[in-house]
Amino acid sequence: MADSAAIRSLPGRANRAEAAAPLPRKPLHVPLRLPLRLPIGRLLPWLLPSLVIVGWQAAASFGLVSTRFMPAPLDVAAAGWRLAQTGELWENLWVSFARAASGFLIGGGIGLFFGLANGLSNLSEKLTDTTLQMVRNVPHLSLIPLVILWFGIDEGAKLFLVALGVFFPIYANTLHGIRSVDPQLIEMGRVYGMNRRELFWRVVLPGALPSIFVGIRYALGIMWLTLIVAETISANSGLGYMAMQAREFMLVDVVVLAILIYAALGKLADSLTRALERTCLAWNPAYRNT
Amino acid sequence: MSAATALRVEDASARPRDAGLAITLRGLSKSFEGGAPVIRGLDLHVPAGQFVAVVGRSGCGKSTLLRLILGLEEPSAGRVTVNGGAGAGKGAGSSKKIMFQEPRLLPWARVADNVAVGLGREIGRAERRIRALAVLDEVGLAEKAGNWPATLSGGQRQRVALARALVSRPALLALDEPLGALDALTRIEMQAMIERIWEDQGFTAILVTHDVSEAVAMADRILVVEEGAIALDVAVDVPRPRRRGDPALAELEGRILDRLLGRSA
Repeated sequence: MADSAAIRSLPGRANRAEAAAPLPRKPLHVPLRLPLRLPIGRLLPWLLPSLVIVGWQAAASFGLVSTRFMPAPLDVAAAGWRLAQTGELWENLWVSFARAASGFLIGGGIGLFFGLANGLSNLSEKLTDTTLQMVRNVPHLSLIPLVILWFGIDEGAKLFLVALGVFFPIYANTLHGIRSVDPQLIEMGRVYGMNRRELFWRVVLPGALPSIFVGIRYALGIMWLTLIVAETISANSGLGYMAMQAREFMLVDVVVLAILIYAALGKLADSLTRALERTCLAWNPAYRNT
Repeated sequence: MSAATALRVEDASARPRDAGLAITLRGLSKSFEGGAPVIRGLDLHVPAGQFVAVVGRSGCGKSTLLRLILGLEEPSAGRVTVNGGAGAGKGAGSSKKIMFQEPRLLPWARVADNVAVGLGREIGRAERRIRALAVLDEVGLAEKAGNWPATLSGGQRQRVALARALVSRPALLALDEPLGALDALTRIEMQAMIERIWEDQGFTAILVTHDVSEAVAMADRILVVEEGAIALDVAVDVPRPRRRGDPALAELEGRILDRLLGRSA
């Protein structure tokens, strides 16, 4: 305390850096957002996408690209408005969302269960890990023909594929997270009288959480990918189905709309996970300001 | 046991030295998985409330000795007896505490919650908080109670670890090279802080260290451990508070260093 006060009274490094401003401007690792005012810093990531859309609209309006193959953004927006009016958009959106969410919960739940079980118990790991790793090497989308035979183009098929795809990233990252919990902390917990339950809830699970979140973010990507493929190949509702129907009738604007909605949903899921990470992992300096 | 508890009620506050545990080791040996013994037939008695420093070269068995005393390792032969002085042993489970070389704080728990880890399960939430804050105040970190450990300096983290070890008012505090990773000035401050709290609370302290000057500055008695046995057992009769650079301390430090270096040369 006394020594930190003494350090503070010395001329600060930052001040000296400002005094010597004409020389090297700023060290590379200083985050860009520091010199910027907050709103600009917030808006900056959206600059490039906005420019792309404006350029795209201009190209379409001036006839540089054929709207038969690439509709203008305004046409896409109009298609969105039209489908929203008829309720078709909301229905398909809801169907796709429900499939994605339930597949994610089922597959993620099973992955979390096996990840925890195999991380905590050697017996469980010996029994199941090799089998799971073998199944993992099968590309899950290659099962589509088989899945159609088994489930038809029913809901079961989509749920099965999404759950299967989501399972492995969550399983592998949960297992890795538990394995990499600092053994010194576990010893500390034991020495300080924690029983197995306390040790799990207060040491092992929080320690594994950053890795579990990595798994969740991977899994969300796979979730959308699997669902899109499954819905385009075999479905009679949902966003993928909507896009395929539109292709049959050459409604390019609806096809592009569906693609953009998928992108937006992916971004939304990612942002939700980030927000969740920020609250759950606030203790970790790496997550505090992302 | 009941007689001892009755005694404690009368003089608990008057004689803090009685709050410690006495340690007796008889013919203690320890070997790991068929290897050569790490501890060989060691005999030792530490009276309640004494501050003992254990010094020795790396691998001499001093940390194993500490873990045996704490009951973290089972002896291969011999016996460890740890029993209460008149004021010791409120809740047998919480009466022995260890402070590691690393702080080992839970990064996901705030400072006050990390300190509360040192309290047993049976204590209520409000009570835990009050006691955690009180002991944080004692180590000079009361204003950091709501911080994450990641925001503290190395010395502050080790002070939180000290608070966690002390919050249950242990009768025996084992210190396993707790200051080894700190810079020289912080280390001297921490030594003074541990010494002051030890004088206030009267627990038995066992400090494992390879810094002889630290042992000489803090301890009542210094044990030099060589090849799993006690090679030298010296009392430090210099009165407290001790001043760094005191010639008597320097002379003692020189003697112990000669012993440690002479053997291996």
